Amino acid sequence: MSAGDTLAAPQPVAAPVIRAPLGLLAELTHRCPLACPYCSNPLALEDRAGELDTAAWTRVFNEAAELGVLQTHLSGGEPLSRRDILALVAAAHDAGLYTNLITSAIGLDAARVAALRDAGLDHVQISLQDTVAGSADVIAGYDGAHARKLAAAAAVRDAGLALTVNAVIHRANIERLEAMVDMAAALGAGRVEVAHAQYYGWALRNRAALMPTRAQVEVATATLARLRESYDGRLVIDAVVPDYYARYPKPCMGGWASRSLNITPSGRALPCHAAETIPGLEFWNVRDHSVRDIWLHAPSFNAFRGTDWMAEPCRSCARRDVDFGGCRCQALAIAGDATATDPACALSPLHDHLLALAEADAQTAEIRYAYRGRREPAAG
Amino acid sequence: MTDITAESRPRLAPGVRLHFDRARDAWVLLAPERVLETEGPVQAVLSRCDGVRRFADIVAELARDFAADPAVIETDVREMLADLMGKRLVVIA
Ligand SMILES: C[S@@+](CC[C@H](N)C(=O)[O-])C[C@H]1O[C@@H](n2cnc3c(N)ncnc32)[C@H](O)[C@@H]1O
Ligand code: SF4
Ligand code: SF4
Repeated sequence: MSAGDTLAAPQPVAAPVIRAPLGLLAELTHRCPLACPYCSNPLALEDRAGELDTAAWTRVFNEAAELGVLQTHLSGGEPLSRRDILALVAAAHDAGLYTNLITSAIGLDAARVAALRDAGLDHVQISLQDTVAGSADVIAGYDGAHARKLAAAAAVRDAGLALTVNAVIHRANIERLEAMVDMAAALGAGRVEVAHAQYYGWALRNRAALMPTRAQVEVATATLARLRESYDGRLVIDAVVPDYYARYPKPCMGGWASRSLNITPSGRALPCHAAETIPGLEFWNVRDHSVRDIWLHAPSFNAFRGTDWMAEPCRSCARRDVDFGGCRCQALAIAGDATATDPACALSPLHDHLLALAEADAQTAEIRYAYRGRREPAAG
Repeated sequence: MTDITAESRPRLAPGVRLHFDRARDAWVLLAPERVLETEGPVQAVLSRCDGVRRFADIVAELARDFAADPAVIETDVREMLADLMGKRLVVIA
């Protein structure tokens, strides 16, 4: 353009468009009969007295749907610990949301499954701790849990509801990964989620007892690739990768405040599970703000949205729009700085340190769990 | 995987449904942990996968509605359904 060109009134630089979220993780309660040492819930669990009531959640579901959320995941804690779970499912369904129940399945019998289905539930995700009852019950910290889960899974299938089996993988069960996938298929699941434990909340606290060795992870990865082929067309196998041994970090949450949001039992809106571990972030509560207002304006949501907050090496990296610099909470936990590159990335100066932590943890001979929400650490 | 014949009655798999997304002004397919945009032809096929219409009916309807060669439509729809079945989004009865 030459200096002689006349310009129209200067255009303001367009603000980056904030796209609406697709998913809402509704943590209905932190109460839970189980005590999984890998639980992603925060160490400071919220109590029943502070929980949002039916009317508040109903408003949240409607506001979320209006904003553009398509799916809600009713989780916790154990969502079935809510007495009003049927009303909550119905409210989410009536709001037009695809409704997914993420449950330990304790307290899920055929009658309850039928009632949930009739209330509009679309999908059930049941977590299994292991394929061997003895080990599964030790991991869950609850005698008889495994048998109840198997019965509940059968009830879900018999009711014609779609079932996903979720298996969190760690040192005590990684050798049975293949058996878990086979068990999911035998239970009639259409999908299985093999999630290597992500180290935040209680999992971070229990990392030494949970971390598998690098050799175990390599075998698990190869096994998974083989299972994907053999189950192609019969079972969808999704995986959450073990990032301590990875070369690049996971695209955490599909980008901070980009695709989904979490609401805690007391109504605090979080960009991800562990966001409360990051000091200095200002969280808003759905009691005080609409879901739209939170999504667009809450300081915690805007803190790491997009790529402007990044420092090097992420800032000028070609993968910055692929993995978004990884997990902010892991950057905080390991690097002590939430704006740092996730140490799971080979380009992070702390990558070798992370690897050394994992390898040291994996060598811990004795598995001793701090059970989620229970007072005394116990031997496992 | 089961083969698709003229008599097959495709329907959406359990836990899968079509939804009109008002916020984005588009049809989407909602499935466990997945949201897929369904533009034109996919939407035309999926909206007919109701477990009542036979594969042959769907092909005939689409050939009529789009004034297209039924043989071409049949190949396309078969391919599309096979792909959707592989992803467990559609099942046949
Ligand atoms: C926190 S739980 C709450 C729902 C229910 N109590 C259950 O366990 O199924 C939500 C889901 O996350 C999985 N999960 C829990 N902790 C995890 C972790 N550290 N890493 C990966 N997945 C985890 C659980 O297996 C479950 O499928
Ligand atoms: S992961 Fe285990 S302890 Fe945590 S909420 Fe689910 S069942 Fe309870
Ligand atoms: S430097 Fe940052 S953006 Fe690049 S791969 Fe590593 S974490 Fe991702």
